[in-house]
Amino acid sequence: MKHSEYPRLILLMLPVAIVFLAFFLLPMARLILIGGSGENGFSEYLSIFHTPRHFESLVSTVLLSAAVTIAAVIISAVTGVFLERNRFPGREVLISMLTFPLAFPGVVIGFLVIMLAGRQGLANEISQALTGSRLVFAYSMAGLFTGYLYFSIPRVILTIMAAAEKLDPALEEAARSLGASRWQVIRDVILPALKPALIASGAIAFATAMGAFGTAFTLATNIDVLPMTIYTEFTLNANFATAAALSIVLGTITWLALYISRSIAGSTVAAAA
Amino acid sequence: MKRSRIFYVNLAFTLLVCAFLIVPIFLSMLAGVTVNFFQGIKSGLTLSWVIEVWSLYADTIFLSLLIAVACLICNLLIGVPAAYVLARKSGRVARMIEETLVLPIAIPGLAIALALIVTYGGIREFRLSWLFILVGHVLYTLPFMIRSVLAVLSSFDFRTLEEGAASLGAGFWKRFRTIIIPNCRAGILAGSLMVVTLSVGEFNLTWMLHTPLTKTLPVGLADSYASMRLEIGSAYTLVFLIMILPLLIALQLYGRPRAAKTTISDPE
Repeated sequence: MKHSEYPRLILLMLPVAIVFLAFFLLPMARLILIGGSGENGFSEYLSIFHTPRHFESLVSTVLLSAAVTIAAVIISAVTGVFLERNRFPGREVLISMLTFPLAFPGVVIGFLVIMLAGRQGLANEISQALTGSRLVFAYSMAGLFTGYLYFSIPRVILTIMAAAEKLDPALEEAARSLGASRWQVIRDVILPALKPALIASGAIAFATAMGAFGTAFTLATNIDVLPMTIYTEFTLNANFATAAALSIVLGTITWLALYISRSIAGSTVAAAA
Repeated sequence: MKRSRIFYVNLAFTLLVCAFLIVPIFLSMLAGVTVNFFQGIKSGLTLSWVIEVWSLYADTIFLSLLIAVACLICNLLIGVPAAYVLARKSGRVARMIEETLVLPIAIPGLAIALALIVTYGGIREFRLSWLFILVGHVLYTLPFMIRSVLAVLSSFDFRTLEEGAASLGAGFWKRFRTIIIPNCRAGILAGSLMVVTLSVGEFNLTWMLHTPLTKTLPVGLADSYASMRLEIGSAYTLVFLIMILPLLIALQLYGRPRAAKTTISDPE
């Protein structure tokens, strides 16, 4: 029955193949070509290292994304393992709250940061009441960090909780009964077992932060993160070749981050995210 | 049972993280129904901002719903069959196709949108219609539908069921209709919820693909944040949150069929 079914399987695959070819593969190929169609030719792709403004934008985006990733993974690991390990009233509500913002668009998260750290924000009011000084950081790097952290935590926590669920408590008991301290158990038993999930979720957080446009669009009016640089080059400067080359570079970085994490951590974990 | 000190330290930390995520949402909802947010809640509560948002932006809400439904239909028509084929085939070619189909998750929406614009931006009717946005949304959501259905298909032995049906005389299409689709319901439901939620909230692609006449809800949101007073932006956000709240709750209830399945049938 196998061989006679080949044509039908191909028929089922055909619609998706046509859509993808026409609207994804072909446009992507064209974008790559356009990236090399400027006056610099294909060396436009290296311009990100030669043009100081682009290079700074790349470096600050990578640093910001890396910082957000590390913070999100640490925060999510602590809360994720805690919520998976302990049963108490209200636990389900807390889990819902932590994963609730998962589907928020970046612009809304940018606005929430304005609510927290803008001129009329909560941070400013608390600071005025306590110390009398103003505290407004929504439109700075700290504001971007806050926003990126906001959308990273739910993504990371889901993956880590799924992995923490599979931890074997017997191993920890064994370690403890052999005299291991609390920190030794965390370092030698829990962390190694969570490692694939930490890597996979970290890569997702990093890739999302690198490509985040909505949050930056709301907050980074004065900050050059790579998506904003691409947007400016495309819409304001009508510099299509540069915008195309930069977005191909950006896409390659995010794809590589996810690809590398999957080859280290295994595809099962990444697929769970 | 007495809890240790470390339990309470951890609990406090977790509550702090929850507050970080929830307090701004609460503040924003409150601002949307406050007469004057700068003066605070004592200025009174009102629905007039929400009404004003409705009169300014109702069309963006309807367009977002239209695109989300159309996007879901496209996903069901092309994504579910593709997931079945990918589950049937285990060879290198099938894995390569799978890798390609999930690429739009790994590549920022901005890049995909630019690619679409430089390729099809010249076709005026297409560029100006909402179908241009729909194409972007389908590309972006398809991986979620495929993964969701694929996860369910790999959690039970559908080949044995199919062989049983085949030995009783059921043809290919009958088996696809009566065995594969019904058994994939949980995955299709979870995928559908994800697709609609993502489509309604999509901004990265949509901002590049939209025109003044095809503004979706998130595009309108960005617009109001930039040019309207804080209360209007907040009221608009409130409308958006109320719209996606049922979707998010449904996602929490039905969104992870894979975990439920694998704990029963797959100890790995």
